Amino acid sequence: MALTGVLRPGHVALRVLDMEASIHHYTHVMGLLETARDDQGRVFLKAWDEHDHHSVVLRETDSAGMDYMGWRVDSNATLEKFAKDIEESGLASELSWVAADEHPQTGRRFRFTTSTGHVMELYAEKGKVGNGMPTLNPDIYPDGLKGMSPSRFDHCLLYGDDLDNTMKLFIEILGFTLTEQVIAGPDKLVISAFMTCSNKPHDVAFIRQPCKGKFHHASFLLDNWGEVLKAADLISRNRVSLDIGPTRHGITRGETIYFFDPSGNRNEVFSGGYISYPDRPVLTWTDDELGRAIFYHDRKLNEAFLSVVT
Amino acid sequence: MSHRIRIVGLADGLPSSESASFEVRADEHALCGMERLGRRGIPVGCRGGGCGVCKVQVVAGRYHTNKMSRDCVSSVEETQGYALACRLYPDTDLDIRVVGKMGRAFTKAELSPSQGGDSVTAGKSPAFDMSWRN
Ligand code: FES
Ligand SMILES: [Fe+2]
Repeated sequence: MALTGVLRPGHVALRVLDMEASIHHYTHVMGLLETARDDQGRVFLKAWDEHDHHSVVLRETDSAGMDYMGWRVDSNATLEKFAKDIEESGLASELSWVAADEHPQTGRRFRFTTSTGHVMELYAEKGKVGNGMPTLNPDIYPDGLKGMSPSRFDHCLLYGDDLDNTMKLFIEILGFTLTEQVIAGPDKLVISAFMTCSNKPHDVAFIRQPCKGKFHHASFLLDNWGEVLKAADLISRNRVSLDIGPTRHGITRGETIYFFDPSGNRNEVFSGGYISYPDRPVLTWTDDELGRAIFYHDRKLNEAFLSVVT
Repeated sequence: MSHRIRIVGLADGLPSSESASFEVRADEHALCGMERLGRRGIPVGCRGGGCGVCKVQVVAGRYHTNKMSRDCVSSVEETQGYALACRLYPDTDLDIRVVGKMGRAFTKAELSPSQGGDSVTAGKSPAFDMSWRN
């Protein structure tokens, strides 16, 4: 197996203010599928082409933002090794084990907090509920897809202060590759890092800001630019709060649109990008070209896009 | 049925400008009314009560709100008239002060025009304000 260690972003757990409105947004508008509710009132969802039981967890409370992000690793042996490596590295805090089945159909999770204040989890087991099609002689998508219907949860962009140690943790301990970075000022300070555990342009990205644990967006994958435009239609048809798009990123080359869930958590649906093998040179952007790096067509920074987080 | 919202200055409590007043329909929140009429004055973010950039203080008039993030408006503030404009529904005409800010962490610095004379960003290249690290 060539892809080992951390396999993919497996779930994102979001805080919402109004569960009913959130379920409508994530299922009817976005087209995710509800797979479970638990006795705490949490709702578990997945995108249609994900085989694992869930990739989005919603929890109703009195604030918005991200509770944690979970990563699937290739085996229990790897899970244990990472837990030990993370502890020895001193690069994370609040280490703990979450018992199996605290999430439905999910094995035990190793939880830690990065130096940017984000709670992350690693786990090796989650039930395979399938993508609505057989694995023998399947069709290409199932019947009855609704809304934007992205095929998978793809990545998150997060804001926090100590980017250096968070990069160290993801790259040196968890084996991620840096694909792109933004540098600023005469000392070329890295102010943003895009990192992958696979060969996507990013599985997680961070922006250096004077805060801890802030959430910029969770992103979901569409097939093509036409689907991004269709998502834009659905955003207007359903009176969803639009942030920006449809447009194109310079960084990662994604074709994209951003909008907000009913609690103000930003969502993205996007298509495109490139394949990044681990030996691909890192792409570097400077802060004076940041407009083009972020929005390739506008070539201007958008204050709300950069400043609004939960 | 609609109500008029007037944005008053932070310091003097007087209307800050002619345009800083707009009608809000009974079925829409204050921020939506402002945006629908193409008015400005209150920063617009998530429109979902989560980010806090549209925070205002109501200084005169009656209103009700729906659920707002506690990270943005504390329970004490709530009793002092603070609210998120995107969760704020006027019951009478209102006078409000703008409290929320957009983009404190990111500032636009005047940098030299980028090579190749990019007409969109020339002379106005945005930069990240990293002064908070010093
Ligand atoms: S615009 Fe985000 S809380 Fe009102
Ligand atoms: Fe993204």
